[in-house]
Amino acid sequence: MARTGMLPENQMWQYRVRKLIKRFLLYAVLIGGALVMITPFVWMITSSLKAPHEISLKYIKWLPEAPQWRNYKVAWDAAPFAMYFKNSFFIAFVVMIIEVVFSSLAAYAFAKMNFFGKNVLFVLFLGTMMIPGEVMLIPNYITMVNFGWIDTYYALIIPWTVSVFSIFLLRQFFMSIPHELFEAAILDGCGKFKYLIMVMLPLSKPALVTVMLFKFIGSWNSFLWVLIMTNTPTMRTIPVGLTYFVSDVGTQYNYLMAASTFAMAPILILFLLLQKQFIQGVARTGLKG
Amino acid sequence: MLRISAEMKTKKYWKETFEAYLYLLPAFVILGMFSFYPVVKSVIISFHDWHLLRKEQYFIGFENYQKLLNDKTFLMAISNTFRYVIGFVPISICLALIIAVLLNSKIRFRGTLRLAYFLPWVTSSVAISMVWRWIYNQHYGLLNMALASIANFVNSLVEVVTLGNVAQIWEFSNINWLMEPRWTIINIVIISVWKSIGYYVVIFLAGLQNVPNDLYEAAEVDGASPWQSFWKITLPLISPTTFFISIIAIIGAFKLFTEIYVLYTGNPGPLSSGLTIVYYVYRNAFERYRMGYASAAAYLLFAIIFVFTLIQMYASKRRVHYDS
Repeated sequence: MARTGMLPENQMWQYRVRKLIKRFLLYAVLIGGALVMITPFVWMITSSLKAPHEISLKYIKWLPEAPQWRNYKVAWDAAPFAMYFKNSFFIAFVVMIIEVVFSSLAAYAFAKMNFFGKNVLFVLFLGTMMIPGEVMLIPNYITMVNFGWIDTYYALIIPWTVSVFSIFLLRQFFMSIPHELFEAAILDGCGKFKYLIMVMLPLSKPALVTVMLFKFIGSWNSFLWVLIMTNTPTMRTIPVGLTYFVSDVGTQYNYLMAASTFAMAPILILFLLLQKQFIQGVARTGLKG
Repeated sequence: MLRISAEMKTKKYWKETFEAYLYLLPAFVILGMFSFYPVVKSVIISFHDWHLLRKEQYFIGFENYQKLLNDKTFLMAISNTFRYVIGFVPISICLALIIAVLLNSKIRFRGTLRLAYFLPWVTSSVAISMVWRWIYNQHYGLLNMALASIANFVNSLVEVVTLGNVAQIWEFSNINWLMEPRWTIINIVIISVWKSIGYYVVIFLAGLQNVPNDLYEAAEVDGASPWQSFWKITLPLISPTTFFISIIAIIGAFKLFTEIYVLYTGNPGPLSSGLTIVYYVYRNAFERYRMGYASAAAYLLFAIIFVFTLIQMYASKRRVHYDS
């Protein structure tokens, strides 16, 4: 800025025009890109409100003449979506709660205690993050068969109640809380468990929210495992139910888009409400160590 | 300071060890059952000839692996997966980096723009793949209609510019995106880039915040162009972030399954052009019940991912710049 003040009049002008063009290009690229990103959502929602003849037009028509709200009713009634929703909510919620408890306990031990085999165990835990879940798919399926857990909530909940990723994230956060606080509390006769509950967890709210959000979304969207573990419609979750719905409805895209919209709605609403926590959470996962 | 005798110290140590294991117990039990055990177990299964519906298992050593490496379908699954990885990883990382750098400049509506880029990442792959199925529709899909309008626009523009001497330089006819094998991997790359780019943008933005601003100011004073600052400052300083993203992108890309399954409604695409390694594992294990064979395929996938991660780690030792 200071330098430009010393430029002669005509160069100053050039500088300003160049800057203006640059800003214009910057916004054009960013806004254009953002529009491309949200177009599929817009197209999904407007398609979901179209009448059958509007679905088979050979030119782009964004808005339906009269929004067909009944498409949602038809799609909802065409499959047991209420049950799918109930299953998805129940499973995602329970997994999230158990997971955050188990992960906090483990993370606390790794962050604040000295014990035999700590490093070996930690490396062993982290090592599982390297292994793709698909490798464990077959033995886990067989375990489920042996337990008699196929087509039960157990199969959809229990294996997902621990995530090394969450343990790691929480441990990093716990370690950033001053150790003096811990020593002082212990000296004053505060038990370790009490310290975790009364001090550690309240101070770690952002990390806990991140972990819980990720788990809820991951659980809600999980597909392959649920596909394999469930045989009956009563146990299916939203994503798996949706794929069966597709094979039933075929090419009636207005109904398919209505179903996609309501399948996505809970997560989208959750995301829009908690977007700050979300984005901070993702940013945090990138800042390891 | 209190002097604690060695004996007391060890006693305290073992007491703490016992306590720590209590805290670790739930995580350890679950991981043990559903991570440690299956990793070992699937090696063992991969050495057996085992059909799920039959009781007997026969130990056959490396035969499954040998068969796999001679199985044309499996080799095709590997090649499909690699073509996808080679398409997806560089495109998504480059685009994400460009967007993140642009978003990191002083602009208005940054939050809203970031939100728009991030939105696809939270949505379910199944629901979103259905939407893309509709977009790719040959006759009524948004993509073909949009391309047709663009072609139309270009043609009339050229016609006007050349005063009617050149007409129709771009003859567009609807592309059958979902039926022609050559588009399969491209379709999936488009969907996945669209879906995951916002996630990488957010991580890049976090990395960019750590680059001290005075470096750019110093560079500007020394007469460096923004382009030079990008190559000489931004890129080296965010290399740990780039490294992290490239690892998660590659690992994720090798595990492609859901998008294919939904986009082609339970099929691996026309002429199996979308048959990926995970799809191959799924098909052999849960449609044909060949557990040993499928386990061997899953292990080869792990081996591939492992080798790639090692290569990246080795490369990063020389390239990635960590500050203290």
